[in-house]
Amino acid sequence: MLPMNHVIALSAILFAIGVLGVATRRNLIVMLMSIELMLNAANLAFVGFNRIWSQIEGAPAVDGQIFVLTVIAVAAAEVAVGLGILLSMFRNRDSVNVEEASLLKW
Amino acid sequence: MTVEAILFYVFGILAVVSALGMVLNIRNTVASAMSLVVTMVSLAAIFLLLEAYLVAVIQIMVYGGAIVVLFLFVVMLLNLSTDEFPPGKQRVVKLAVAVAGVAILAQALVALDQNPLLAGQPEIVPEGFGGYRQIGLSLYTDYVLIVEMVSLLLLAAIVGALILAKRKID
Amino acid sequence: MPIEPIVKVLFILIVMVVGIAPVITWIERKQSAVMQDRIGANRADLAGITILGLLHPAADVIKLMTKEDVVPVGANRVLHLLSPLIAAVPAIIAFAVIPFGGVYHFGDTTLNLVGADIDWGLLYIFAIGSIAAYGTVLAGWSSNNNWSMLGGLRASAQMISYEVTMGLTVVGIFMVFQTLRLSDMALAQDRIFWLFGAIPLPAWGIIYQPLGFLMFLTAIMAENKRPPFDIPEGESEIIAGYHLEYSGMRFGLFFMSEFIEIIVIAALTATIFLGGWSVPWIPTDTIIGAISPWLGVGFATGLCILIHFATFMLKVFFMIWVQMLLRWSLPRFRYDQVMNLCWKILLPLSIANIFATGLVLLLVKG
Repeated sequence: MLPMNHVIALSAILFAIGVLGVATRRNLIVMLMSIELMLNAANLAFVGFNRIWSQIEGAPAVDGQIFVLTVIAVAAAEVAVGLGILLSMFRNRDSVNVEEASLLKW
Repeated sequence: MTVEAILFYVFGILAVVSALGMVLNIRNTVASAMSLVVTMVSLAAIFLLLEAYLVAVIQIMVYGGAIVVLFLFVVMLLNLSTDEFPPGKQRVVKLAVAVAGVAILAQALVALDQNPLLAGQPEIVPEGFGGYRQIGLSLYTDYVLIVEMVSLLLLAAIVGALILAKRKID
Repeated sequence: MPIEPIVKVLFILIVMVVGIAPVITWIERKQSAVMQDRIGANRADLAGITILGLLHPAADVIKLMTKEDVVPVGANRVLHLLSPLIAAVPAIIAFAVIPFGGVYHFGDTTLNLVGADIDWGLLYIFAIGSIAAYGTVLAGWSSNNNWSMLGGLRASAQMISYEVTMGLTVVGIFMVFQTLRLSDMALAQDRIFWLFGAIPLPAWGIIYQPLGFLMFLTAIMAENKRPPFDIPEGESEIIAGYHLEYSGMRFGLFFMSEFIEIIVIAALTATIFLGGWSVPWIPTDTIIGAISPWLGVGFATGLCILIHFATFMLKVFFMIWVQMLLRWSLPRFRYDQVMNLCWKILLPLSIANIFATGLVLLLVKG
């Protein structure tokens, strides 16, 4: 049996690294990858908690894992659309630096 | 210290190191993407240790085998590999945000360590937990609405990505 | 000290990887020679004795190991070194779930001839097939060469497209056998299936899913970048594609990984569709029951193991022969034809196959 508080702590650490990536980097691709890392950390937390509360009256309860499958599907959709946006941005400006996409700033 | 706990620490440290490698790697975007793959595969190994077998395999197939390959495609086609940009004016603000984030994280970890809710967990999981049969049953009886909504979402994403990535029709 | 897993790992590494994969290079040379009405490679000799050219694989290995290792200027050295490993390792670890025999009882010990009898065995193979795509992509990109990059991009697009189709084509088999565990699939084919109640047929996957067999073979050969789907290494178009800038043992690793994957494809197809280790029309109990009056149950079980293993290897070599046949008779597909085949032909056909299988199962089982 794994130490469960360490599993959730690992999820928190990975989430924090993802937030660090989104906040610090200016390259849009690395920002998208950091968002994927945050979603993975959330998946780990879901699966960890599902392992703790794994039965309802003796029958197995897999609700956390179903959430994880949903999150994976949503992440796939978001990556597809995000990379489409990145392609359009690259075609218009020839750069993926997010600091150059600041036309609406006053 | 059981073998499972040792494996968990090994894969956990590997996941954290490769995640840091992904975020802090300035020079090479392809190496960042490969570090992300290592993170995802180590997370899949941790899922296997937590007895969530179907989720682990789907994590490798979908995340490691399709999503990061998509990232790699874009990086290679647009040749985005080696340009990182000179530090901007906002660098001090970002460093402050990072330090604040680490402080909050440390507090969260301390709080987790003292949480009594995570202490008494069942050692044995019921038969069929984490296998594809139980997940399939749950998915198509209790959560069938989620399946339908996710299929509509994926359809919208396909159409959206196609339109965004298409060249102009002149 | 867990003896059994170590023996199984050593068996896979020594017999399958080091033993049979070089023999397959010899089979390819000799079979193509026979099909093209020529003699083939037969000059490698040891003190003047050439055994039909069987020493050529050894000569190849020695040549590749002693060649100079060239890394192109401007290439990413770490990724250039890692790519052959990322291509080779998934091919080798795919053998872990393939059943070389059934479950045998010797008194109170049980012998299960699978490396790892995991419940989701087929999904494991698909998962490591997705990882294998990275080897070619990184090889193409890290060589700092336009032709390699083209080969790598074509390879990755082809491989991820055919992964989807490969998964869908075996859903029919899942529905029939109700399991993802490869040893259970082989066990379920160890019976006789009475067609229309009168004709006995071995209960093989190919009888239940003939269209699934053809589609699966197509998809998994395209996944392996095997001719006629070898656009990524198109020899006359983009020189050698993604493994252009590799020499010596690094190229040897790419080459070996393709041939080891030929064995994996053959073993998988034999397990899912051709009955695995089971002898057609003769279930295990009949074999043991027939031999044990003369030699005793223990010895009969041992002999049964040998018979089953020999049957499995026979089916594997048959599928290897079929793949070689397809390689040397079909011309190479054009790239848009490859993508067309995957998305516009195989995908709708596999979904139609799922519907038809579901309908038949509903009608037959009520």
